[in-house]
Amino acid sequence: MTSAPYAWIAAIVAALALLPLGTSSNTVLNFLSFAMIVTVAAQGWNILGGYGGQFSFGHAVFFGTGAYVMALAQVRFGLNPWLALPLAMAMGAAVGYAIGFLSFRARLRGSYFALVTLAFAEVFRISANAWGFTGGAAGVLVPLKLDAAQMQFADKRLFYWLALAFVAAALVLTAWIARSRFGAQLVAVRENEEAARALGVDALAIKLRAITLSGAVTAAAGCLYTQKFLYLDANLAYGPWISVEALLAPIIGGLGTVFGPLVGAVVLLGLGEVTKTVFANLMGGSVPGVDLVVFGALLIACVAYAPRGVLGLLQGWLASARKARA
Amino acid sequence: MSVLLSVKSVTKRFGGLTAVDDASFDVASGSITGLIGPNGAGKTTLFAIIAGFEPATSGAVAFEGRDVTALPAHRRAMEGIARTFQIVQPFAGLSVRENIAVGAFLRHADRKDALGRADEVGRKVGLGPMLDQSAGQLTVAGRKRLELARALATEPRLLLLDEVLAGLNPSEIRDMMPVVQAIRASGVTILIVEHVMQAVMSLCDSVNVLAQGRIIASGAPASVARDPKVIEAYLGQGAAARMQAQGDAQNVAADARRGAPDA
Repeated sequence: MTSAPYAWIAAIVAALALLPLGTSSNTVLNFLSFAMIVTVAAQGWNILGGYGGQFSFGHAVFFGTGAYVMALAQVRFGLNPWLALPLAMAMGAAVGYAIGFLSFRARLRGSYFALVTLAFAEVFRISANAWGFTGGAAGVLVPLKLDAAQMQFADKRLFYWLALAFVAAALVLTAWIARSRFGAQLVAVRENEEAARALGVDALAIKLRAITLSGAVTAAAGCLYTQKFLYLDANLAYGPWISVEALLAPIIGGLGTVFGPLVGAVVLLGLGEVTKTVFANLMGGSVPGVDLVVFGALLIACVAYAPRGVLGLLQGWLASARKARA
Repeated sequence: MSVLLSVKSVTKRFGGLTAVDDASFDVASGSITGLIGPNGAGKTTLFAIIAGFEPATSGAVAFEGRDVTALPAHRRAMEGIARTFQIVQPFAGLSVRENIAVGAFLRHADRKDALGRADEVGRKVGLGPMLDQSAGQLTVAGRKRLELARALATEPRLLLLDEVLAGLNPSEIRDMMPVVQAIRASGVTILIVEHVMQAVMSLCDSVNVLAQGRIIASGAPASVARDPKVIEAYLGQGAAARMQAQGDAQNVAADARRGAPDA
């Protein structure tokens, strides 16, 4: 990253904050809000997967935990959502620590770790679907109370700005990690765990810290989801869709970079929307799953042509342009 | 001289194979001590045990008089034991400076301090011009220096060098030896596993010879090199006697040519 990542964050967040001033279209605002929610989830994934090299296929477990705790705290315990938010993030962190403790201490790496996270997400999904407390298959409905004190907004722009504030916080957190000792040690563990241990890095502790932070950040995305849609069921909260989007966005945007998840989420969801619209017009009705086809194609294209993601491509072009000028 | 590292009756078994068998030796503070032996003697295993990467089946390792046998690798690094790897392990995705900084972060929590320290150490081992390069682009000699720099950046009191000269050409070896000597001169004790004999002989103050997991000889390099047990370990049983006989025969022949038969 450049020497002034915080200035970049300020500039990009300011530009994003100005977007809704140009439009009042509900479709655009819904899309932007949703993209911000996915960005936060992806930023959480990026801490563990991008910087730490531990690929999770089950970040839905954190997203869903955040979403459910947020909803149930309000519905079952009458807690204010602003108070439920830190609780939900803490629960996400706790689930992260627990999964990390079980899998990293057993020295699970690579695809084994990925499969274990996938299994955890499925266990949570099936449990939430079966348990009465979580509303079972019927799900949970958060009562509509359009009031800022209830984290519900009549003006859709306000919700977008709230989600954007979470994105900003996640960007600042990531930028701080990237420049900290923790970040350097996390990247060292990703690159070569043995060598990192020889240099005094407690690999287990570092990975645990990463998955705990990652769980908290992704849980925050779940909280936003609850407040945006006011309805949850197990397949929405713990479904594989969010695991996939949380990992695809950083891979497409740029793994282990501050802005990768944001760029990736916007590109991914943007292309998904465009494809859905185009196909709906062509076929005279919506074609379910056609956006997933685009996601798959994007992933293949990225792996083959842009292993460092969109940001990596841009950096490459900038560097060659600079060379051409010199 | 005081003892910095003490290896006490260390044994390591992998199933039925005894890789290290009751090995004991000391490393004097401020010395360059060698650990040599033929291929498969157990040197790298013993090294891994000292650095905390493998648990010993039995025996103990003491550092500065304290028992560190139970400490994991990262804690030993904190205590002041740093190691390099025989097969170099750069963080390939990072720059040379960032690689070294990972080591420097052990004692410097602040990024600026750690990067400054990394620059300093990098220049000391001759990586000054390569600091901004990606570690993956370094030559073999460069990677060996990077291994050294990273370990040094943890500010160790004992540096374990696992074949830092292996795979280098003679001129690269000549360039590297002063670097090792300079590290010792700066107050770091060095334990070195090495195959390049020329280097062992000129660098080490004392040498321990490991063969089939046992320490068979210890002492000054010159005396160890003459030890019949050592010669046999390298060249096979009876080699010392044959060489002795050959040497005697040559002496006799030489004496005969000089025309001065002695007895």
